[in-house]
Amino acid sequence: MIKRAIALLLTLAVGALFASLLVGYVPDSELNQTARYYAERTAEDIGAANIVTAIIVTYRGLDTLGEVTVLFISAAIVGLVLAQGRVLNNAPQQPRAPVSELLSTGSRVLTPLILLLGVYVFVNGHLTPGGGFQGGAIIASGMLLLLLADPLKHFSHQLIAVLESLSGLLFVGIGVLGMLLAGGFLDNRLLPIGQLGELFSAGVIPVIYSLIGLKVGAEFSSMLASLSETSDTTEET
Amino acid sequence: MMSMSPLIAGMTLLLCVTLIGAALVAIRAKAMPVAILASGLVSLIASILFLVLAAPDVAMTEAAIGSGLTTFLFFFVLARIRASQPDSARYDEAEKAGDEHD
Repeated sequence: MIKRAIALLLTLAVGALFASLLVGYVPDSELNQTARYYAERTAEDIGAANIVTAIIVTYRGLDTLGEVTVLFISAAIVGLVLAQGRVLNNAPQQPRAPVSELLSTGSRVLTPLILLLGVYVFVNGHLTPGGGFQGGAIIASGMLLLLLADPLKHFSHQLIAVLESLSGLLFVGIGVLGMLLAGGFLDNRLLPIGQLGELFSAGVIPVIYSLIGLKVGAEFSSMLASLSETSDTTEET
Repeated sequence: MMSMSPLIAGMTLLLCVTLIGAALVAIRAKAMPVAILASGLVSLIASILFLVLAAPDVAMTEAAIGSGLTTFLFFFVLARIRASQPDSARYDEAEKAGDEHD
């Protein structure tokens, strides 16, 4: 009873906090200085139609590298923890509940389309909303659909590892090349900026975002693959 | 809300109410698949709200990770848990879920 009262009180306190924020909120009538700089200079300096992508990949490219590193570390730790309970390939598999025909047939139709959508999202990251992280997550959900339809499916961890480390290396390599040949680390003017709004524009942004997309997709897929390969018996705690 | 047309403002309010309703269903539902679907719905509505707030990039992230990947992942884990349970426990759960619907 006291627990409930405390929980209710805490909820009310948080609600009051947010309510005061909401009441005091006045929308800005114009962009602030930083936002105005990005809005005015992106098309000219970066050549990306999507300002958010220009900020993520070029203006704040180092932060994105950090973000990708965080994701890499978490994928590595998940793989490390789940590898404890991995079933050996020659071990007898325990029988699983059969998968419905609707799911297995539907996944065969949908998975290529989902993968195509994921690639489209990260290749067009500099033109339309979305980019490497979103595209990678879409690709990973396609992989998860495959796993749902066939729980005994094995993804090649070697392929995933090669793809993941290659795109990571290339990402950093492009950044260093930008430092040598263009204005600085991860500068996108390594390639010509081109016409605003075309697929091959905005310098190396499409290349970097495609690499990020592949990397994120590979990391999520490796987490899901190791999750599906753990055995049930060793998981008891 | 000054710059919003009444139609958009009304739709946003409706979405907010549905969002809270779906969140409550996700917490209270006894049947696990219903709860998972409701939590996916929460993310889906949140992504529409982000779109209304002119943040399409955030909306895509929310839709791809929140309502796509996590919902799939929950179902995947649920299937694994059910497969590892003895049959009697599975029937108990099915019965409970059935009661909830009646």
